[in-house]
Amino acid sequence: MNGKNIIEVRNVTMRFGGVTAVSELDMNIPEGGIVGLIGPNGAGKTTVFNVITGFYKPTEGDVVFAGRRITGMAPHAICSLGMARTFQNIRLFYNETALENVMIGRHVRRKSRWWGSVLGLPGTMREEREIRESSRQLLKRIGLSAYAGEIASGLPYGAQRRLEIARALATEPRFLLLDEPAAGMNPQESLELMNFIRQIRDEFHLTILLIEHDMKVVMGVCEHIWVLEYGKLIAEGDAEAIRSNPRVIEAYLGEEVNHAAD
Amino acid sequence: MMTAQREPFSPARNRTFNVIAVALLFLFLWWADGSMAADLGISFLPEPLNGYEVQILNLVAVYGILAISLNIIYGFTGMFSLGHAGFMAIGAYVSALCVLTPDQKEIMWIIDEILPSLATLHTPFWFSVILGGVVATLFALVIGIPVLRLGGDYLGIATLGFSEIIRVLIVNATPITNGSLGIKGIPCHTDLFTSYIWLLLVIYCTVRLLSSNFGNVLKAVRDDEIAAQVMGINVFHTKLFSFCLGAFLAGVGGALLGNLLTTIDPKMFTFLLTYNILMIVVAGGLGSITGSIIGSVIITVLLEWLRVVEEPMDLGFMEIPGIPGMRMVVFSVCLLLIILYRREGIMGMREITWDGIAAFLFRIRGRKENKA
Repeated sequence: MNGKNIIEVRNVTMRFGGVTAVSELDMNIPEGGIVGLIGPNGAGKTTVFNVITGFYKPTEGDVVFAGRRITGMAPHAICSLGMARTFQNIRLFYNETALENVMIGRHVRRKSRWWGSVLGLPGTMREEREIRESSRQLLKRIGLSAYAGEIASGLPYGAQRRLEIARALATEPRFLLLDEPAAGMNPQESLELMNFIRQIRDEFHLTILLIEHDMKVVMGVCEHIWVLEYGKLIAEGDAEAIRSNPRVIEAYLGEEVNHAAD
Repeated sequence: MMTAQREPFSPARNRTFNVIAVALLFLFLWWADGSMAADLGISFLPEPLNGYEVQILNLVAVYGILAISLNIIYGFTGMFSLGHAGFMAIGAYVSALCVLTPDQKEIMWIIDEILPSLATLHTPFWFSVILGGVVATLFALVIGIPVLRLGGDYLGIATLGFSEIIRVLIVNATPITNGSLGIKGIPCHTDLFTSYIWLLLVIYCTVRLLSSNFGNVLKAVRDDEIAAQVMGINVFHTKLFSFCLGAFLAGVGGALLGNLLTTIDPKMFTFLLTYNILMIVVAGGLGSITGSIIGSVIITVLLEWLRVVEEPMDLGFMEIPGIPGMRMVVFSVCLLLIILYRREGIMGMREITWDGIAAFLFRIRGRKENKA
């Protein structure tokens, strides 16, 4: 791996009481790549996400984001540095419209304060219009314009997944973490998702880390893959190396890889 | 026949409607208060409202402010807070201490001497109302920083405790509050125009804030705290902001209430008062400003009208003696029914807008034309 690393996970261990969810993990993610984190259920993948995004403070080790140590920082502060994520089970703001969901994402980049809105100060009102307008533009780029005024809970499943990504993009991230973006999608939708992920990487100049169980998606889109089992890193490398790695096959890939290779 | 699509109103047209509605409201108040006939010197106007009805109209406005303030905390930010009576008490006492004249204070404090610095304090009414709100906000800040880390019911219990603490403090801080004797003879500053101007001011500011992206952020915290954090929202700050804003308006409402009733004492600010406001908010719709207004109109009027059930009744075959507190039983039953059958209240999270009214009229007209 050469070039600059956007995320460095240094020797991170995360324990919950007596359970070690992640142990001595090292990950260096180069800027501009699409990389994957895989492993059987309960391997600690989502824990790694939660450590990186600041929901958990690691028991040992450090997380460095764009050259800056972020261990122990609050999630909202990490977000303002340029990191965004989606969730395994979609977490939209379900009582708000699709447009409002994206607008909420824009809030972190806002400069004016609340009293400006109450008093109707011109600067605040201008920023308010810009937030609304840029959110509309973003929905358009993601292909959700048709749903702008709809309440989020009423959106079809696929649109909800995309809206969650759109909302994450609204915070202007450099690094995006996707937790099982293809969950519940059929093969056709997964294929579209792969193109979509590549497209947003290029258009928004992102680095993307994804957790995924759908091996077709992982092998198809990821340039580098880490494999976790019981919280330990058992392999890393490109799709080809992972596919032929005996430990990975032993751990869980076996059938799936053959299937994906067909 | 196809119903044509209706264009939404432009902001300018909405503003015109708002101005007309406010003008009509003030015309009504002018009449209700009895000064229209006197000012214009005309006699053919219908009889104005009597003092009792004017008082109810005043209460509607004050309860409207209080309901909006609780709605910001509970309906829009999702924090179950039961400390409203405490904030109102602070507002009412601060305002009363500011508007009373030094002479009145000297006569009234009989258990303990009033603090010398407070004895000479005398400010205009509007300033006392704002100061009441500001002091309530300071208390909210102090109580909010430790307590807002709690979620759900725990927050409710903690804020309920806070409001009781305030009440006990008021009873015991005799040199400041005159203890359980309360404060009497507060000048009746809250007339119809004052209370409705305050109500409109509060509505205007809240609607501006809540319809901006800051309002969306409050709702985001209500809907999903974890997702809000990931969106870069400082959830704790947002909650504290909303709690303080609600407390400020509760203080303002309490100050207006004190100046309306002209007498305040610690017994007024028990949990029952919080409960009344909570009932308005829940009945009107959590997360709806128009719902809070409608709720305050309905509940305030009903609360007075239901006094009938507390009087002795003769049903022919049996006589029911007057039972004080009976209307609260009826009210509790109403609240139960609302929670069982219409949990979202009258308005849910929706608002009444000019566009909504126009679309409604449009539909009715369309239906009539279809029939014809």
